[in-house]
Amino acid sequence: MRKILNLDGTISKNATEPDIPDDELLKWYDVMVQVRTLDRKGIRLQRQGRVGFHIFTTGQEAHIGIAAAMNTEDWIFPAYREHGAALYRGLSLEDIVNHMFANNLDPQKGRRLPGLFGDKSINFVNPSAPIGTQVIQAAGAGYAAKEQNEGEVNAVFFGDGATSSNDFHSGMNFGGVFKSPTLFVCMNNQFAISVPLEKQTAAENIVDKAVGYGMPGERVDGNDILAMYEVAKEAVERARNGEGPTFIEAYTYRQGPHTSSDDPTRYRDDEDVENWKRKDPIERFKKYLINKEILTEETDQEIWDKYDQKINKLIEEADARPKPKMRTMFTDVYDTVPQHLEEQWEDVKFFTEEED
Amino acid sequence: MPEMNILEAVRDALEIEMELDESVYLLGEDIGANGGVFRATEGLQAKFGENRVMDTPLNESGIIGFAIGMGLRGLKAVPEIQFIDFIFPGFDQIVSELAKFRYRSGGLFTTNVTIRSPYGGGVRGAHYHSQSPEALFAHTPGLKVVVPSTPYDAKGMLISSIRDPNPVIFMEPKRIYRAFKEEVPEGEYTVPLSEARVAREGSDVTLISYGAMLHTAMEAAEIASDEDGVECDVIDLRTVYPYDYDTIEKSIKKTGRVISVTESPKTAGFGAELSAHVAENYIEYMEAPILRITGYDVPFPFILEHDYMPTPERILDGIDRVWNY
Repeated sequence: MRKILNLDGTISKNATEPDIPDDELLKWYDVMVQVRTLDRKGIRLQRQGRVGFHIFTTGQEAHIGIAAAMNTEDWIFPAYREHGAALYRGLSLEDIVNHMFANNLDPQKGRRLPGLFGDKSINFVNPSAPIGTQVIQAAGAGYAAKEQNEGEVNAVFFGDGATSSNDFHSGMNFGGVFKSPTLFVCMNNQFAISVPLEKQTAAENIVDKAVGYGMPGERVDGNDILAMYEVAKEAVERARNGEGPTFIEAYTYRQGPHTSSDDPTRYRDDEDVENWKRKDPIERFKKYLINKEILTEETDQEIWDKYDQKINKLIEEADARPKPKMRTMFTDVYDTVPQHLEEQWEDVKFFTEEED
Repeated sequence: MPEMNILEAVRDALEIEMELDESVYLLGEDIGANGGVFRATEGLQAKFGENRVMDTPLNESGIIGFAIGMGLRGLKAVPEIQFIDFIFPGFDQIVSELAKFRYRSGGLFTTNVTIRSPYGGGVRGAHYHSQSPEALFAHTPGLKVVVPSTPYDAKGMLISSIRDPNPVIFMEPKRIYRAFKEEVPEGEYTVPLSEARVAREGSDVTLISYGAMLHTAMEAAEIASDEDGVECDVIDLRTVYPYDYDTIEKSIKKTGRVISVTESPKTAGFGAELSAHVAENYIEYMEAPILRITGYDVPFPFILEHDYMPTPERILDGIDRVWNY
């Protein structure tokens, strides 16, 4: 398993420290803090009944290293715990908070469960909820990218549960056959809701599946943002050179529940959770930054405070906004609203006080 | 003007669109060197290369999911599903992904995919080479479902479908792929989607059909005229979803009698939608019960398929029932 950072933030024996500018490292950390803060606020809002749902990223923030190894033109197909990749690319916190509240400024017009979002301006594709479907789409989009702009690549994220799905197989297979310039990134957090990895596959390691699809596979410490970056950078380089896809298994752990609807005490031990908290990707990276003297406890606290206040303010604004107009129920089904939907709109309009 | 059958018209449409628009890509099983098992893509790989006419692994979910990815990037992907009976491994990609991308992303991500697939019975194909599942797709908001019945429409509507920015299920009536030829203009032309065609004018009974069954309905209409002097108004729906309300309205206000003719199973088939639409909106114009002539509610049979599918006799019996009600 590829690893660069020890738990105390020192560089692991046999590993080489990547050469990354200080301000870039701080940006990674900054985004990690944003993601973690959104999780803390999100679950509180859900418990207060102010938002409908929350999906957690906590523990998996090192995925930001994958996005950092790519260009913003390179498309990303997320599963649903990759908000950090979007924030790294410049997704506005305002958009994501409006989306959580499904209000009239939600770019997705209040149509999705909170946490399921995309943004065209940063080439971050809108995910669905059926598991694994994005894997084959990314293979196709990667192929198209290769046809359209030589040297462009893409990445797709999915969990360990998705490796059992039909479209994991079809995506890896088509990607291998057509040499899609795609990073297939499995965030192996060891549980598909409650079902543990050993019930998902009899393979010793998920990464072994790469062999069957004729592509290189890399197993990486998914809580080590430097290792994630390095592995992705190598895969991106191969893909840009026309050498096709790479399968990356990022070994990590979901510290929180699957979603706000889940109670993980039913299927896993507290001890396990505590063990993994000691491997927390943010803590580990913070120690590295402090060792390098580009972060101090004080500046760290300033970052947390900054996002705490900023997101609180966005929440108050988002919560005060109205829900989207009734008309939006009928738009975007097609490029234009067809006759039968116009008639159904007339019908619903009769039952609402809203004017348009 | 050249004469073409439906298959030749489909091939012609594909060739024209690929020539005119380099973003059009074809993919599917056996569509390359083999030219498709029905030869709808004959010669296209030789002409446009393996990158644009792609023989894929044998996986329908893969074909459709891959096409969706290409479409998201702005290519116009035209996958072929060899028989529509094999589309079901790709059903999740169609229903959960293709149909919903525009809506779920607030209009930000769209994917232009036109899925071509031969459908329908009467070819001694048994369960898995005969079905007509248009109702399943017509029950999926976000999709368009097109079923041409003539070479002229097949070409013009396939071109329209490829150019349409919405996902289209383009069902090709394989029983009549080579059944007859008609004059088809050279070069590009389009036939609009969601507009029905009046295939035969009459003032007594409205028959609504599409695809291969349209011809069976026409045959019945001619016999009814010759033998009983009953004149049927025959509507070729052409686009099953979203379908043309106005042409139906005009016809049934004239006739007051309506029969739909489809070859899929009866219960919850597309005929049920047509009956419900007519009953809900025009019951006061009706002079007789609104009938469905359909296949039966059984898996598609083999040796008894001609007893399963609507025949001119069964349609004539329906015409008799509504005319003499």
